[in-house]
Amino acid sequence: MQTLFDALSLGSLYALGALGIALIFGVMRLVNFAHGDVISFSIFALLWPSVDAVAIVFAGELPWFLLIPFVLAMGAGLSVLSEIIVFRRFRRANPATMMIASFALGFVIRYFLLMLFSSRPKSISLLPALSQPVEILGARIPLLQVITIVATIAILFALTAFLKRTRFGLEMRAAAENFTMARMLGVRANRVIMGAFALSGALAAAIGLILAAQTGTVDIQMGASVMLMAFIATVIGGLGSLPGAVLAGFLLGAASVVMQTVLPIDARPFRDAFVYGAVIMVLIFRPQGLIAARGTKERV
Amino acid sequence: MSVIRRTISTPILLTLILIAIALIAVAAGSRPFNQTVIDIFLRVILVVGLYIFIGNSGVMSFGHIGFTCLGAYAAAWLTMPPMMKQTLLPGLPDWLMNTQLPYWGGAIFAALWAALWAALFGKILMRLSGIAASIATFAMLAMINTIYSNWESVTAATSSVVGIPIIRSIWPYLIAAIIAVIVAWLHAISRAGLALRAARDEPTAAAASGVDIPKQRLIAFILSGAVMGMGGALFAHSIGVVTPDTFYLTLTFTTLSMLVVGGIGSLSGAVLGVVILSSLIQALRWLEAGVTIGTTTIAIPNGLQEIALGIVMILILIRRPAGIMANSELRWPLSHPETATQQNPGEDPGNKPTQQGVSR
Repeated sequence: MQTLFDALSLGSLYALGALGIALIFGVMRLVNFAHGDVISFSIFALLWPSVDAVAIVFAGELPWFLLIPFVLAMGAGLSVLSEIIVFRRFRRANPATMMIASFALGFVIRYFLLMLFSSRPKSISLLPALSQPVEILGARIPLLQVITIVATIAILFALTAFLKRTRFGLEMRAAAENFTMARMLGVRANRVIMGAFALSGALAAAIGLILAAQTGTVDIQMGASVMLMAFIATVIGGLGSLPGAVLAGFLLGAASVVMQTVLPIDARPFRDAFVYGAVIMVLIFRPQGLIAARGTKERV
Repeated sequence: MSVIRRTISTPILLTLILIAIALIAVAAGSRPFNQTVIDIFLRVILVVGLYIFIGNSGVMSFGHIGFTCLGAYAAAWLTMPPMMKQTLLPGLPDWLMNTQLPYWGGAIFAALWAALWAALFGKILMRLSGIAASIATFAMLAMINTIYSNWESVTAATSSVVGIPIIRSIWPYLIAAIIAVIVAWLHAISRAGLALRAARDEPTAAAASGVDIPKQRLIAFILSGAVMGMGGALFAHSIGVVTPDTFYLTLTFTTLSMLVVGGIGSLSGAVLGVVILSSLIQALRWLEAGVTIGTTTIAIPNGLQEIALGIVMILILIRRPAGIMANSELRWPLSHPETATQQNPGEDPGNKPTQQGVSR
C-alpha cells in the first residue's frame, strides 16, 4: 500500500513534468530544457532575495487559496515571457538550435536565482498542515501524497476537458497534429504557442509547489532532476502525445519505486542505472514511444 | 587523392589556430593563463569528438561525456602510483593495481577503453534515430554516471580520486587537440564519413543507394567515443582529480553549446565555437575579478558571468541559427569559389538548390 502510494505520487510528479514538456513540443517541436528552471523559479518567487539558510518568506505568507494561484501565475508568466523574448525568434531554426537556446535560457534563469539566493538549499515550511499522515486501508500515508495524487488526477481531467471541449483546446490539438495545416485553417499560431507555454509554466509551478511542500527545502537545482525524468517520460511516451507522456510518467515513477523495493540490497545504489537501462530497452522496441503521436513517425 | 588536396586546408588552418593559441600562452608565460589554454585544448578535443558523431550523423547525442568519464577513470587506474591505488581504490584487480603507465600510454588505453564501450553501446543504440536516439544516449550517460558514483571499490564513489599525475605543459594537450582535428577530418573525407553525411541529409536516398546507416553511425560513434576517451584521460591529467559529477550534465551542455554555437555540421565550427565561447568565458571571469582602469576597479557581480554567457549564446543563435560557421569550413581564402560549392553537396539544405543552379 505504502509502495503503491509512493509510486503514484512520484509518478504524478513525472507525469506533470512530462505534460509540460510535451505540450510545448507538440506545438513547436521544441524540447524545452528551461522547464526545470521554471519549476525552481516559480517556487523562489515566494521568497525574498537573501543568502541565508532559512528562507525569508515573502509571498509565502499568503493563505493557500491565494498562494497557489500566485505560484501558478508566476510559472505561467515566466514561461510566456520566455516565449515572447526568446523562442519567438527561433520559429524557423532547427530543433538542435532551439534545444541549446532553451538550455542557455535555463542557464540564465538558474544563475539569476543563484545571484539572488545563493546555491545553498533553504528550508521552508510551506503548507505544514499537509505533512500529517492519514490512515488509508491500514497504511499511514502522508496527507501530501494523497493530495499530490488527487491534484494530479484533477489537473489531468481539467486539461483533458480543456483540450477536448474548448475552442482553444481544439486549436491547440490541431496545431500539435499539423502546425502548418492548422495555420492555414485560421489558427493563430502565436496565440496557440503562448497558450501552450502558459499551461506548461503553470504545470511547472505545480510541480515546484509539490516538491517544496514534500521536502521542506528549496534549492535552485530542485527542478533539474524532475525535469530529466519528465523529459525521458515525454520521449518514451511518444513525443508530442499527451496521454503517452502521462502514462510514461507514471510508469517511470512506478519503475523507480518498484526497483527500490525489489532489487537486492547490494544493487540498490545502482537503481537508477536499471531504470535508465529499462528506458533504453523501451526505446529499442518502441522507438516511436508507447503511444505514437500522429505525424511524428519517421518514414524511412 | 584530390579529395585530400581539396579539403586539407581546413585541418591545416585549424591546426595553425591552435598553435597560435599555444604560442600566445608561451608568450604570456603566466601560469593561470597556461591553465586556461589547457582548458581550451581539452574542450577542443571534446567538442571535436562530439562533432565526429553529431556533425556527420545529424543525431544529437547527450551521452558522449559518458565516454569522457570512462576515459578519465581509465587514466586514473593506469597512471596513479600503486600505493595510492591500494588505499583509494582497493577493488581493482591485481594486474591493474600494479601497473603504472606514463600519461600518454594511459591516454591511449583510455581511448581504446572508451571505444570498446562505445562499440558495445553503439551496437544497440545506433538502431535508433532522431530524438529517441538522443534520449537513449542520455540514458547511457546517466547509467555510466550512476555506476561510477556508486561503485565504491573501483571508483571511490562520489568522492574524488586524487593522485593522478598532473601534466602542466601545454604541448601534450596541443598535440592531442591536433590529433583530434586530423582524425575528424580523415573520417569526414573517408567513405564512411561521406556515406554518413549522405544519410544525414537524405536518409531515404542514402538507404536506397546501399548505405548501411546503422553501420556508418556505429563507425562514427566508436571513433568519437575514442576521441572523447582520450580527452577524458587528458582532462584527468590536467586537474589531477576526478569525480563522476565532473563528467555529467554541466560538461555535456557546455560542450554541446560550443558545438551548436560554432555550427553543428562543421569541423571548423567545432573548433571556433570552443575558441570563441572560451575566450568569452575568460573575458567575463576577468571582469568578475575586477579590471583596474586608472584608479577605479570595475567588477561585475558574481553570477553575472554565467548570465551574460547565456544571453550571448542566445543572441548568437538568434543571429545565426545554424551556428557561426553554418555548415561551411575554413579554407584557403584564395580557393576557387566553384570548388567550394562542389565540396559541400548537400551540406546546407537551404542553399543547395540555388548553389547547384549557379554552378551547373
